[in-house]
Amino acid sequence: MNINTTKIISLLFFIFSAFYLYTAYQIQVFAFDENAPFNARTFPIYLGYTGLFFSGLKLILPDPDTIKVEHKTLEYKKTGILILIAIIYGATILKVGYFLTTSLFLFTSYYFLGERRWILMFLLSFPFVAAFMYLLHGVLDIYLRDPFLKSIGVMG
Amino acid sequence: MIEGILIGLTTALTFKNIFMVMIGCFFGTIIGMLPGLGPMTAIALMIPITYGFDPATGLILMAGVYYGAVFGGSTSSILLNAPGVPGTVATSFDGYPMAQQGKAGKALAIAAWSSFAGGTLSAIYLLFMAPSLSKVSLSFRSPDYFALMILGLTAIAAFSSKGQFLKAMMMVVLGLMLASVGQDSLSDITRFTFNNMNLTDGISFVLVVMATFAMSEALTIILKRNDPTAAAKQVTLTELGSIKINKEERGKMYKTIPRSSVIGFLIGVLPGAGATIASFLAYGMERNLVKDEEKEKFGKGSVNGLSAPETANNAACSGSFVPMLTLGIPGSGTTAVMLGALLGFGIQPGPRLYMTNPEIFWSVIMSMYIGMVILLILNLPLIPYIARILAVPKNYLIPLILFFSITGIYVMSFNNFDIYLMIGIAVVATFLRLYDFPMPPLILAFVLGGLMEENLRRSLLLSNGSWEFLWGRTLTVCILLTTILIVLWHIYKTLKKKKS
Repeated sequence: MNINTTKIISLLFFIFSAFYLYTAYQIQVFAFDENAPFNARTFPIYLGYTGLFFSGLKLILPDPDTIKVEHKTLEYKKTGILILIAIIYGATILKVGYFLTTSLFLFTSYYFLGERRWILMFLLSFPFVAAFMYLLHGVLDIYLRDPFLKSIGVMG
Repeated sequence: MIEGILIGLTTALTFKNIFMVMIGCFFGTIIGMLPGLGPMTAIALMIPITYGFDPATGLILMAGVYYGAVFGGSTSSILLNAPGVPGTVATSFDGYPMAQQGKAGKALAIAAWSSFAGGTLSAIYLLFMAPSLSKVSLSFRSPDYFALMILGLTAIAAFSSKGQFLKAMMMVVLGLMLASVGQDSLSDITRFTFNNMNLTDGISFVLVVMATFAMSEALTIILKRNDPTAAAKQVTLTELGSIKINKEERGKMYKTIPRSSVIGFLIGVLPGAGATIASFLAYGMERNLVKDEEKEKFGKGSVNGLSAPETANNAACSGSFVPMLTLGIPGSGTTAVMLGALLGFGIQPGPRLYMTNPEIFWSVIMSMYIGMVILLILNLPLIPYIARILAVPKNYLIPLILFFSITGIYVMSFNNFDIYLMIGIAVVATFLRLYDFPMPPLILAFVLGGLMEENLRRSLLLSNGSWEFLWGRTLTVCILLTTILIVLWHIYKTLKKKKS
């Protein structure tokens, strides 16, 4: 049997809905609420069944407009690197601080996407982040935690 | 109403708010011009900034971004034959041929004036319609709201899915499931948190919007090796030609604009329909109404053919604010993002907004008009220069979009978990986009999830657990029948397509 990717996604969604439904039945409600017409688990249970219904229909019914994706033409490597950089950025932003991590995130992203104009890369990372930080922190009064800038005495 | 208009004008005409409309229009135009990056991305990127302002200013900024993005989409349709947003596809039918004939400046001017007129007329319709509808909607009860939300979700799934209704419905369910994470609003019982404290308050709306639009669009561009800025590099300032519109062309526009604005506004009011359908319908209607001689010019650079969709898509933008402001139910993905942002401000749009927060209600309506004027006087002369700004390489554009997305989440929660969650959702959304799973239904469902559960809860409690409330009121029945009609119409269309 030839199964296309849309059907596989539908199958995954079907399994996800089944898991969601199972978890919905496990929601602990107060004893007095157990037999109430509506409690914390009612809506999720309906949702779980609805998810099973639509994904089941998508699985069963023929798919006339099959989407074919040419995986060979997709840029998985650069996308993967970019996601990895974003994860590292997310992991370090609190400990190191907004300014340094954001500037480095931008600088390395430009680099991995193929940019080599160093001066422009620098201008669009460190000074740009400093200006944006001033806008958020100084003008809009949005607090930005930055241990790095604090350690060198730039931020109070 | 006069008092309300004055309140709106007083709020909208402050220096800060006019400046915000200008910034919004300018930023929206730039983002809207980039194919693939539409108003939802532009608004999503703006949300963290809006939280630094009061609700009225925040909403005015977002509204400015919205009009700017729609206008920007028209510009790329005309200059590059690459519509920035689906609502401007019909604009390219006659706009691009005009540009190829060396009349790009004229085409841009016709589009700008039509957008201005369409937006202005629909702002006037909104001015009169919204307060009356607000009063009517006060008679709505929980079952009506529940039915209305089902209608909105079904309609957006039917209209936004390009024939993939089931995929869109799956996205609706996924959006509702994501919305159900966290504490139950009434009993405070935690659901689907898996003992993770970070999920107790639920998943942030901004996080979901940023992940499914801004971030996943950026990742899709890299993954598919698209370069949204490549086409903009081809535009040169000398190619545009004059922006003057002659008497004959003005005469044609005078006839087209009023009728297209009416159809655009009415389509915009309908849940789920929006600017895309409005512009196609207006284009089709115009083609049927003009003389045979003019009909021949359609698709080859017709003034009517350009003016009609441009008027209609702007009118639809204003129209889509009607259900959001009066019923608290967004009619489109873009207004769903705005609704989410308003809820973030602690404001519940709906019939009572008109009475409880008149300054927000009226200032948004007034700012629409101001936005149109600013778009006309600011953007039209600046278009060639904005087009040059777009030559920014994607190597810079993509990291900047990711930067704005992550910063948006960081400043709201100061939490690593939210950043990981956003990246996770963005990766899944990117994969789903590859297979044409639409994202606007997911966002609309996510925004409406809490309200939907609340109204179902009330309805079931009032009817002692019986589902009779669905046919207990005429209004509920009418709304549900409309929903069924939409589904049947969609099935009919799919079957017809299969046969052909």
